[in-house]
Amino acid sequence: MEQPPKKGNKIPRQSAPERAPEERKRSFDEVSLGYSPAMAMLEASRCLQCKKPKCVLGCPVHVRIPEFIRQVAEGDFLDAARTIRETNALPAVTGRVCPQEDQCEKHCVIGIKGEPLAIGKLERFVADYEREAGAEDGMQPAPPTGKKIAIIGAGPAGLTAAGDLAALGHEVVIFEALHQAGGVLFYGIPEFRLPRNIIEMEIDRLKKRGVTIQLDYVIGKIKSLDELLTEDGFHAVFIATGAGLPYFLGIPGENLNGVYSANEFLTRVNLMHAWEFPEFDTPLHAHQAIAVIGGGNTALDAARTALRLPSARQVSIVYRRSSEEMPARHEEIRHAREEGVLFRFLERPVAILGENGWVKAVRCQKMQLGEPDASGRRRPLPIPGSEFDLAADAVVIALGSGSNPLIAQDAKDLETDPEGHIELSDADIQMTSKPGVFAGGDIVTGAATVISAMGAGKKAARGIHDYVMRST
Amino acid sequence: MARRVKPPRGRSTRSGTALPETSLVFNVVAKDERTPGVFRFVIQAPQIARKARPGQFVILRLNEHGERIPLTIAHHDEVRGTLTLFVQAVGKTSIEMSRLKSGQGILDIAGPLGRPTEIERFGTVVLVGGGFGIAALWPIARELTAAGNRTIALLGARSKNLLLLQEEIQAASSEVRVATNDGSAGTRGLVTDLLEQVIREESPVHRVIAIGPVVMMKAVCELTRASSIPTRVSLNPIMIDGTGMCGACRVMVDGKMRFACVDGPEFDGHLVDFPGLENRLRGYLPEERKSREQFTRVEECRLEEATPPRS
Ligand SMILES: Cc1cc2nc3c(=O)[nH]c(=O)nc-3n(C[C@H](O)[C@H](O)[C@H](O)COP(=O)(O)OP(=O)(O)OC[C@H]3O[C@@H](n4cnc5c(N)ncnc54)[C@H](O)[C@@H]3O)c2cc1C
Ligand SMILES: Cc1cc2nc3c(=O)[nH]c(=O)nc-3n(C[C@H](O)[C@H](O)[C@H](O)COP(=O)(O)OP(=O)(O)OC[C@H]3O[C@@H](n4cnc5c(N)ncnc54)[C@H](O)[C@@H]3O)c2cc1C
Ligand code: SF4
Ligand code: SF4
Ligand code: FES
Repeated sequence: MEQPPKKGNKIPRQSAPERAPEERKRSFDEVSLGYSPAMAMLEASRCLQCKKPKCVLGCPVHVRIPEFIRQVAEGDFLDAARTIRETNALPAVTGRVCPQEDQCEKHCVIGIKGEPLAIGKLERFVADYEREAGAEDGMQPAPPTGKKIAIIGAGPAGLTAAGDLAALGHEVVIFEALHQAGGVLFYGIPEFRLPRNIIEMEIDRLKKRGVTIQLDYVIGKIKSLDELLTEDGFHAVFIATGAGLPYFLGIPGENLNGVYSANEFLTRVNLMHAWEFPEFDTPLHAHQAIAVIGGGNTALDAARTALRLPSARQVSIVYRRSSEEMPARHEEIRHAREEGVLFRFLERPVAILGENGWVKAVRCQKMQLGEPDASGRRRPLPIPGSEFDLAADAVVIALGSGSNPLIAQDAKDLETDPEGHIELSDADIQMTSKPGVFAGGDIVTGAATVISAMGAGKKAARGIHDYVMRST
Repeated sequence: MARRVKPPRGRSTRSGTALPETSLVFNVVAKDERTPGVFRFVIQAPQIARKARPGQFVILRLNEHGERIPLTIAHHDEVRGTLTLFVQAVGKTSIEMSRLKSGQGILDIAGPLGRPTEIERFGTVVLVGGGFGIAALWPIARELTAAGNRTIALLGARSKNLLLLQEEIQAASSEVRVATNDGSAGTRGLVTDLLEQVIREESPVHRVIAIGPVVMMKAVCELTRASSIPTRVSLNPIMIDGTGMCGACRVMVDGKMRFACVDGPEFDGHLVDFPGLENRLRGYLPEERKSREQFTRVEECRLEEATPPRS
């Protein structure tokens, strides 16, 4: 086998081209443009092909990173795509949204001295190449097993499980509450970070494998778990309903008009096209000064989305710790800065002030960092007497969310923790306390990541397969 | 910046590839105007009809560009597989819906959403309805009466011709009293006047359920608070998903934040923060006016020029 031309970290990490901040900050087109084949091969050639690849351990689904990277270096892009798809059903998505710096790339050995291999960017390149080449996945589904599986929720966990189970020969029906499949990938993560046609392509791919997607179908309401398992003859059910019930701050003024949860704000824009109002019917106000509260991916997405609204003049992120503690992906933070989002660190809102029922300002308090807390991050402590008012006509609260209550409300024999997350009785196969019922993704873990939800979907698919093939 | 108008995206899951056989189809099987501006729709939705309970609602979206709007299920017929909805044409979406004809389809209907009304044998229950709230009371009246309650329905409207479902409510409850602002039917005055009267005459009243405009529900709660009659109100905040994801439907109840789509829509009226709800319902007035104006303008042009409708 031919070896890649040059190895080691003499070649610098290839940075993928991006749209210029000035151009992109008023557009919903994707910011990052991705590698060309030549750039991808050059970047891939930096991999040392470690015998015990640390990178793989950092990846929640253990993508066979060295193999696919070698295939890229050799120009076998479609083979590389096949390698990734063995463990990762949505590489075009994860290549874009995984927090790689905390996962695969964090452990890459060439990152010790220099910059780690751009595994995410390569994964994205391979998936995009495959999609643009119109390549079929070549996956031959196993012969029909005669088993029917219901999947509740068409987010990354549900979609992944559906794909695997269909490939194993089961009849799979996904029930989705909204009028659109995709979960957070569709209503939460904005278009400029994850173009919609990618999600749609993946959904089409599932349908080609014979998966049925039933939209507008709220399980727990139109059907109970028991009805699915008895009347409808499903042999197993996978609950992948994601996070729900957004957290608010519990400070005065949160019910003023102009205060949104990040979910509402993003759903209005991403799912309901509010930014195209009145072409589309769902409105969003012409806000000018928008304050986003929080420091995670959701906050960054809300802020960068706000910036793209035609009326926006100023968008700030108010975060109570410092930039080092921000949990959002580094790339997102950099992009937001470049586009002109103002970062206000070590400040926390204590009240939202209004006028005639509308938001007028956020009263903030300055913070300082104290001793590290249980999470190892330095605890922010309020500085007495430091309150000041930040003018704003909209406040977006991005503090994450709790659990979606609908299914647990309806199925009393399903065990949940005090916060409403579904408890597993066997985590290795994602099985719940209720026979035949499996669960995974954010509804089990609380808000986490796309790839961990997909990992849960994979594990569940294996567990469900064993379960239904064992029972008769 | 010039507004970008893009062709509709989304919903690839239903365009392009053939519809999977199980795809729900929501056809309007009957429609009429019951009182000026209030339309009755009978819609084919067998799966929802099978599960619907009094007090629940659906969220529908008319078309690809549509908004998701909540509407109460006024009646469900398991045998025919239909839902009956009453829609007051107040804004863009409800006006557009009011122009649908029998045989036309609605793109999306999700439901039945919300927690059903508690149906028990309480004793004497007074049902207070105004506007399209009367439609919501209809199934509640029927079931409470069937459960052995003495049900007294108090219906209010500005004028006789605006009174919805009087006969149906009559058939569904033990007694009906009507109040109109102009005295054209029943007594002249407000439903709250009737309620005061009933509370005086009937003792005890075990429960009051009030559904209608916020001002009406608020006034009812003020009245019943004095005599500590348990009072349920059905709230109608702005909603988007209806599954507890977005938080748009939040209301303060007993000082705690609750989500009307999953915790409600009914709450203990004595604990609801009505001023907060009223304020949030005013939230989209300017935009809604714009949307409605544009819609009616387009409609007028269309009538004049007979241009093909927007698909
Ligand atoms: C704005 C935002 C940005 C994010 N950015 C990133 C990122 O950059 N990288 C990353 O890794 N992670 C990110 N995340 C987190 C990630 O998106 C989630 O962890 C992941 O989507 C969880 O997947 P899931 O399949 O469990 O649930 P979801 O994606 O939430 O999907 C659940 C689906 O179930 C449906 N559903 C709910 N209840 C019912 C019911 N009763 N019946 C039928 N269907 C139902 C919902 O409508 C939804 O479609 C982000 C999250 C948000 C909100
Ligand atoms: C649980 C629930 C059940 C409902 N049941 C019914 C019903 O059975 N029949 C019916 O006609 N309407 C019902 N509504 C109200 C209905 O959803 C609104 O009238 C509708 O969303 C208006 O949409 P639109 O585009 O036509 O009007 P918009 O242009 O959006 O609004 C026009 C006017 O209606 C007001 N409005 C907007 N949203 C609401 C709302 N959620 N509640 C009250 N007023 C609102 C606006 O402030 C404005 O004055 C219900 C609402 C909820 C939350
Ligand atoms: S799935 Fe995510 S963590 Fe795994 S290799 Fe791909 S980018 Fe890295
Ligand atoms: S750790 Fe880095 S260098 Fe080693 S195989 Fe993985 S990507 Fe290549
Ligand atoms: S409508 Fe979105 S949470 Fe209730």
